Amino acid sequence: MEFILPAELKEVPVEEAKLYDLIIIGAGPAGMTAAVYAARKKLATLVISKNVGGQTLLAPGVETYMGYQYITGAELMRKFEEQVRQFPIALLIGEGVTKLSMKDNVFTVLTSHGKNFKSKTVIIASGRRARSLNVLREKELIGRGVSYCATCDAPLFGGMDVAVIGSGNPALTAVNELITYARKIYNIVQVSVKADPILIEKAERSGKVEFLSGYEVKEIQGEDKVERIVIKQTKGDKEVVLDVGGVFVEIGATPNVEFAKDVVPLNELNEIVVDCDCKTDVAGLFAAGDVTNVPEKQIIVAAGEGAKAALSAYHYLIES
Amino acid sequence: MALLSEKVRQEVENILKGLKDGLKLVVFTQEFECPTCEDNRILMEELSAISDKVSLEVLDFVSDKEKAEYYKVDKIPAMVVEGKKDYGIRFYGIPGGYEFASLIHAMMMVSSKSSTLSTETKEQLKTLTKPVHIQVFVTPTCPYCPMAFQMAHEMALESPLITSDMIEATEFPHLNLKYNVFVVPKVIINEAIEFAGALPAAEFLKHVMKAER
Repeated sequence: MEFILPAELKEVPVEEAKLYDLIIIGAGPAGMTAAVYAARKKLATLVISKNVGGQTLLAPGVETYMGYQYITGAELMRKFEEQVRQFPIALLIGEGVTKLSMKDNVFTVLTSHGKNFKSKTVIIASGRRARSLNVLREKELIGRGVSYCATCDAPLFGGMDVAVIGSGNPALTAVNELITYARKIYNIVQVSVKADPILIEKAERSGKVEFLSGYEVKEIQGEDKVERIVIKQTKGDKEVVLDVGGVFVEIGATPNVEFAKDVVPLNELNEIVVDCDCKTDVAGLFAAGDVTNVPEKQIIVAAGEGAKAALSAYHYLIES
Repeated sequence: MALLSEKVRQEVENILKGLKDGLKLVVFTQEFECPTCEDNRILMEELSAISDKVSLEVLDFVSDKEKAEYYKVDKIPAMVVEGKKDYGIRFYGIPGGYEFASLIHAMMMVSSKSSTLSTETKEQLKTLTKPVHIQVFVTPTCPYCPMAFQMAHEMALESPLITSDMIEATEFPHLNLKYNVFVVPKVIINEAIEFAGALPAAEFLKHVMKAER
């Protein structure tokens, strides 16, 4: 059994009156790496984030972050946090950002608790959140069988039949987490499974998983809790009813950009468009990690992008 | 073998150096211990051995029935984090994973008798006139759960009318069935009010204040 403690606090005051060199929005792999690089350049830096770790906290096991053959997402983020806390970086954790604005080359960041912070530069590293299916009864049955966090909720589905919707690595990771608890797992896939073969093999070996390719969810049914789902062929009319008590939605994620929509251009996927230096179209505004249009949403990619963004912000500050 | 690794033990030791006043961990188990009852007791024995300011009382749920009734403990494994008085802070199930940090948080809070709640929230809580029983269902792998039950525990510290239970959902499947727990954190207030997710203090408080109606 793991016993998780937060990294030791080195309190650096968070000051509303101060003009920071850099505010980093988000404390996932990109935001925390950016913070370390910024601190080494001695930039007065503030990190604002709802939590420390972001989506990586939900990764049960990470086998693709170099230096660790296997590490849980939570443990990896704790190591990131420990490294961040070695430096005099102000951390405002537990608050989200509701608005980013810019006037006379100074950025203003408004938090969910009504605080205002000002900075010469900003790195947006606010990551993503789970996408929903947008089908009948999904909203009403959230927390009553519909889940977006297999890591959190899988243990609650012991002995039950469940469905996992999605074809990528997050979906197959959810399937593999559920193997320990659920009786049977249906994996509903629109076209074909795209996850890493190693994850697919594990699911197949369990003997508990039935892959249903070429289907999408039409509706979820149930009064007080999920009782069944209706799936329909993507290229046909055939419908199948599956009696399940849980529906785990793992169909990708949507960028957390609502607070920045008025300031920075987004692409058709709502991602912040950056160049290879992590610069946006707005001078002094940078972005890194899963919130951007950089392909491959991976921890190691996000961390690298965070480093680039901080160095770009530093160069911007010394040149302007 | 110890449950806490030497690294974690040392980190806990460093944190507990900041304890202000003494506190007591009151653990409920039984003669024929369930596996998690035993782990819970051992964990608390290890914790109490780290600091002179932490004392431990191990009680038998069956033979110490009066004490169980006094603390209103109705299931095991159970633990009360008691300071100068009983603030109504309970842990049901072994506090592993992310819940461990919250146990340490509760110990520090009880010892200093201070929470991080805002003045407005504390003032609102003072207007409560009826008992409020908050149950927060969690799993050890849920990173959002500590936010929910730390909030509930802080409210219990501030209000003598509030009792706050952390319930490790995987250890009490009958309660999951009773309360339809399919997501964590899930909060049940006075058996009637419920919500899911780690809400900010102001939102959480609104639900608590509904218990007054």
